[in-house]
Amino acid sequence: MAVDEGLKIELGKQGVFVTTLQELYNWGRRSSVWPMNFGLACCAIEMIATTMARYDLARFGAEVFRPSPRQADMMIISGTVTKKMAPQVVRLYNQMAEPRYVIAMGACAISGGPFKQGYNVLKGIDRYIPVDIHIPGCPPRPEALLEAFMALQKKIDAQPLTGEGRPRHLDADAPGEFPVPAQGEHDLEPAANKNVWTVPVVIR
Amino acid sequence: MKTLEEIQAAIEAAVPGAGVEIVPNPAPSGEHSLRLKPETAVEVATFLRDDGELALDYLSNVTGVDWPDKEIAEKVKVTRAVTKTVDGVEQTAEETVEETRKRVEPGFLEVVYHLFSMARSHGPVVLRMRTGNRSDRVDLPSLTPVWRSAEFQEREIFDLYGVVFKGHPDLRRILMWDGFKDHPMRRDYVAPDDFEYEPTPHDEVLARAQAHRAAQQAAAAAQEGTGQ
Repeated sequence: MAVDEGLKIELGKQGVFVTTLQELYNWGRRSSVWPMNFGLACCAIEMIATTMARYDLARFGAEVFRPSPRQADMMIISGTVTKKMAPQVVRLYNQMAEPRYVIAMGACAISGGPFKQGYNVLKGIDRYIPVDIHIPGCPPRPEALLEAFMALQKKIDAQPLTGEGRPRHLDADAPGEFPVPAQGEHDLEPAANKNVWTVPVVIR
Repeated sequence: MKTLEEIQAAIEAAVPGAGVEIVPNPAPSGEHSLRLKPETAVEVATFLRDDGELALDYLSNVTGVDWPDKEIAEKVKVTRAVTKTVDGVEQTAEETVEETRKRVEPGFLEVVYHLFSMARSHGPVVLRMRTGNRSDRVDLPSLTPVWRSAEFQEREIFDLYGVVFKGHPDLRRILMWDGFKDHPMRRDYVAPDDFEYEPTPHDEVLARAQAHRAAQQAAAAAQEGTGQ
């Protein structure tokens, strides 16, 4: 149900505003993403800087950091996820309302980063929960977080309301709960959620 | 401040039979330490804290050291009798031969305490204690009743090295979760095998990643086979 862009602009010049329900709906969703008030390590400091006056995440409608996962729809994994913390991160994600999005911020959150070979560090949160946007950097600058946030907005904007690729709250079959890993005798069990994460193919 | 020898003498005078030894440090800093016997450690520590002249009232750091079993190869000169036949006559002669002998020095766990005095602004005095071995005789007395600041650091050593501190008020794991069974800072600890995805492996990581790579290639080949 796309409106012809040229026609839309032409009508706009005449003072007639045309849109689709999908565009209006997604405009509303992307303009008031509420992040969760949740920081894990040094990336959280950059995240805080992003929300403050100099970088001002409020320009994108995401200034309302909620202290409860039940009121938030975006989780910024800002920092190292240790194996002791990983079950709590997954549990918090499970408690968030749909539609929910995840930004993995920084080298640690996407892969383990400089602590990758540590026995105690999870090698990327995408082993347990679906991640929408990955930001490299150690830590990424606030500009990078803003860029990621704009990429997320574009992603939300592009989601159709029906059919393939619709947002998860409109998809009754989408999994609502992700298994929380157990803390075993030597490692987290299981080491990754096979439905969420498959081993990427490395081309050499 | 008193020299280490004077401190040793003062301890011997205050706590008879303390058996404190000086462990020399060959590094340029020459920070020698006192090795306490576990049986008298609490008494000695209390003396160090309460003595008017030493007044070591501030425990700045507690750490652990793992000394694994060490195999030492030594060259020993051995004299043995050798029977030789010279001109058809058997003779016995003594011969000195160099022989390499190996012996295993048993490992142990060590705990190191760094003490300072706030009252008299001197320090550090370094204390050490050693366990019997690395497996079942890993008890040491806790110095938390003497210096409260040892509490969390002794818990950390219990967690990461597996030293059991007797007399500690709350000996639980502090960094790893309660159900965890290993002691990650020990030299023979092997980290869990989650090396399935290593884009830039090297050294040990490469060795561990390669085991996964063979399996992944086999799986990919099998998938390709079914696809065609």
